[in-house]
Amino acid sequence: MARIVGIDLGTTNSLVAYMDKGTPRVISTRHERAMVPSVVALTDNGLIVGDPAKEHLTRNPERTVYSVKRFMGKSLADVQGELAYFPYTLTEKGGVIRIQLGEKSYSPPQISAMILKELKLRAEAFLGESITKAVITVPAYFNDSQRQATKDAGMIAGLEVLRIINEPTAASLAYGLQKKTQGTIAVYDLGGGTFDISILKLKNGIFEVLATNGDTHLGGDDFDQLIADLLLKEIRAQQGLDLSTHSDHMQAVRLEAERAKIRLSEELKITVTLDLPDGQGRFTRELTRDQLEGLCSPLVERSLGPCRLALKDSGLNPTDIDEVVLVGGSTRMPLVRQRVQALFGKQPHCELNPDEVVALGAAVQADILSGGTTDMLLLDVTPLSLGIETMGGVMSSLIRRNTTIPASAKEMFTTYVDGQTGVDIHILQGERELAKDNRSLARFRLKVPPLPAGVPRIEVTFLIDANGILNVMAKDMRTGETQSIEVKPSYGLSDQEVERMIEDSFKFAADDVSARKVIEARLDAGALITTTEKSLADGGHLVSAEEVAKIRTALSALASAKEGTDPRAIRGRMADLEQAAKGLTVAMLDDSLKQGLQGKKISDVT
Amino acid sequence: MNGHIHNTDDRRELQMARSMCWHCQSEMAGEYFCDRCVKVQPVSKDLDYFTCFGLPRRLVIDTQVLESKFYELSRAFHPDFYQNKSDAEQSISLGNSAMLNTAYRTLRDPIQRAEYLLDLEAGSVKDIRTSPPADLFEEILELQETLDEFRESDRTSEHAARLRTKLHTDRTNLEERQRDMEARLQQLFSRWDALQDRGEATEQARAERTLILKDMRNILSNRTYVKNIVNDLVATIA
Ligand SMILES: Nc1ncnc2c1ncn2[C@@H]1O[C@H](COP(=O)(O)OP(=O)(O)O)[C@@H](O)[C@H]1O
Ligand SMILES: [Mg+2]
Repeated sequence: MARIVGIDLGTTNSLVAYMDKGTPRVISTRHERAMVPSVVALTDNGLIVGDPAKEHLTRNPERTVYSVKRFMGKSLADVQGELAYFPYTLTEKGGVIRIQLGEKSYSPPQISAMILKELKLRAEAFLGESITKAVITVPAYFNDSQRQATKDAGMIAGLEVLRIINEPTAASLAYGLQKKTQGTIAVYDLGGGTFDISILKLKNGIFEVLATNGDTHLGGDDFDQLIADLLLKEIRAQQGLDLSTHSDHMQAVRLEAERAKIRLSEELKITVTLDLPDGQGRFTRELTRDQLEGLCSPLVERSLGPCRLALKDSGLNPTDIDEVVLVGGSTRMPLVRQRVQALFGKQPHCELNPDEVVALGAAVQADILSGGTTDMLLLDVTPLSLGIETMGGVMSSLIRRNTTIPASAKEMFTTYVDGQTGVDIHILQGERELAKDNRSLARFRLKVPPLPAGVPRIEVTFLIDANGILNVMAKDMRTGETQSIEVKPSYGLSDQEVERMIEDSFKFAADDVSARKVIEARLDAGALITTTEKSLADGGHLVSAEEVAKIRTALSALASAKEGTDPRAIRGRMADLEQAAKGLTVAMLDDSLKQGLQGKKISDVT
Repeated sequence: MNGHIHNTDDRRELQMARSMCWHCQSEMAGEYFCDRCVKVQPVSKDLDYFTCFGLPRRLVIDTQVLESKFYELSRAFHPDFYQNKSDAEQSISLGNSAMLNTAYRTLRDPIQRAEYLLDLEAGSVKDIRTSPPADLFEEILELQETLDEFRESDRTSEHAARLRTKLHTDRTNLEERQRDMEARLQQLFSRWDALQDRGEATEQARAERTLILKDMRNILSNRTYVKNIVNDLVATIA
């Protein structure tokens, strides 16, 4: 079976991992770190993704999309409250958000697909084979529409999504594999945009989720926003400047706020510095960890409610939890660790890299699906109750939250009027009493043969598959015939729309590839320049002055080629530079061998 | 939406699944896999949950055995292990897993287990309307009034505070009643199991059996009623 990779498609950062002889590893190439910022920018060279796109956040805020995961499976009305914070333009078509980038608009799955494609390319370059299958993670508390949107993103990126798995459970797979843990564990996952808590029982290779809960709108982004709001308010008060009209400065404030937050995880006091627009000087301010914690503590507190609910649903007390595992970048905050420790009464584990553990777990699940790992099995649950609208606008629950998946429920339908030919069914997800307070997933019309009232008997099966995604089937109990059901998602792309987006993505793939070649060549050139400059500094004295001059000329030729958009020119100048620096490399190697005889290792020198 | 009625399929008539392998058409003797071609077989709709887990049809069961059998069957049926198989096998795996999960959820919880067994032995309990315990009738009527009054009251008033205190007391009482009923159920469970173990076919055994079933039914129905009220109460005063 072809290789399946595991992908953590995060709000802030995304990663791809694979299974290397029983050990999951994240994929990082020579010059790139494993984490790809989940940022997509439209530049003059086309669409770019990741670190290079992140640079455009302040340069080109209207054309740089970040945190797109917040919009997956959502309508514009769902995110009305936070629109003001995003510098890019959002519109809506058919219940699905569109993001305007230049002339074109893209759905969130399309933007996510660009990130996925970047990861796919990296995996292909690293593994030297074509990758067409993946396991993709989602927050455990994602509803059906959000899961479906993630699956659509995979398809648009040319990936067959073999499984959608929950981030905290993925983390538990990686954790369990490494630690050989048995017992009850709680996984607390606080990332950039979402929060999840999952409680699992680990026994003899079975990872049974007992309960999960969360908040798909709580994460590091929200901490950043609080700090940014504070800074903006102070700048307004002190300098009379309203930065909210400068979207580039808004982004700079947001990024500085995040930097400040991250530094305060290590330090107790830092200074925030911001350049003001139009040469109006600079704003500086001291920020202490106490102040940060004062701002953020209500949000951290908010994460504890879902923890208590998950405990309650699993019928456990905090003391029943044997181990607490922290996942997600925001769990590096001391305040978060303290609060979690206080709730569960034990020190949480954070030995595994919280940035990588989800992707690693996805790779483990991928290996299970491809038949490589056979001793581990994940039994996950559905995070939200599933039901249908009944008379009076009340939701009648069919599958309760925290039911192990796959799960199914059957319901019999009949007619109330003679000759009635259809029954309308409205599927909902959520915990509230009234239909209108829950998430509308889909509507469909059941076809019924025209018969006297009450005679038709149509059995509808609602099945939540191992991805947590709903499938609906109907069967006429009188004739035994099954009927296919056209479900119209309330907040999602139709099959036809996804088809079209897949075609589009092929059309634009050519442009993307050339843009990518430029970016890669630039990155490689940058790395070569850095290493050559270091060699010159360390070993310049080992070669003649002419040789040094030759190297410098080749260096500046490469530097100017790097500014251009011709990847072949960049590669050409790189080859020139490598040629010019050959003598230096050899001289340094000789020198290091000599040093080696004096007891030093080559690896220390080069 | 209109016209939706509850599904009350009749599980009383039990028979062991004994059919042909969907794949190689052989008379297969295996439990869940064809003995000849080793393909997974759809679990029969008529298979009761106890038989599915290889457990005796009793109200007190060994939950350790239940769990380990659940894990074992999960390993046999879970879709994760059918990714490379045919569409037919994938769909059987999905159906079997969903059934297994329902079976496990039902048998794991003593009350649901009892309701299920009653269902098997004497028809659905879900069809009987839940009813208040006769001796609590007055008390519950009064409680409903207090609840209504509390809902309409100004929550900051002293009157509301008094009502809240009263509701708290009611809650404690009802919860105690609930525990009471559960203890009585537990006794009935043991009596039932003992009777089944003896397996007597006498007139007297049959009579006792009917009596226990009737008692269990009543208490289960009372318990559900009280539980719903307690939930409502907790939600209101929270
Ligand atoms: N040392 C740190 N202290 C506080 N927050 C951090 C730290 N490192 C990363 N973060 C925050 O973690 C979040 C990203 O976490 P990550 O798990 O990568 O998110 P996601 O899964 O949503 O992509 C960001 O909000 C980032 O600011
Ligand atoms: Mg994450």
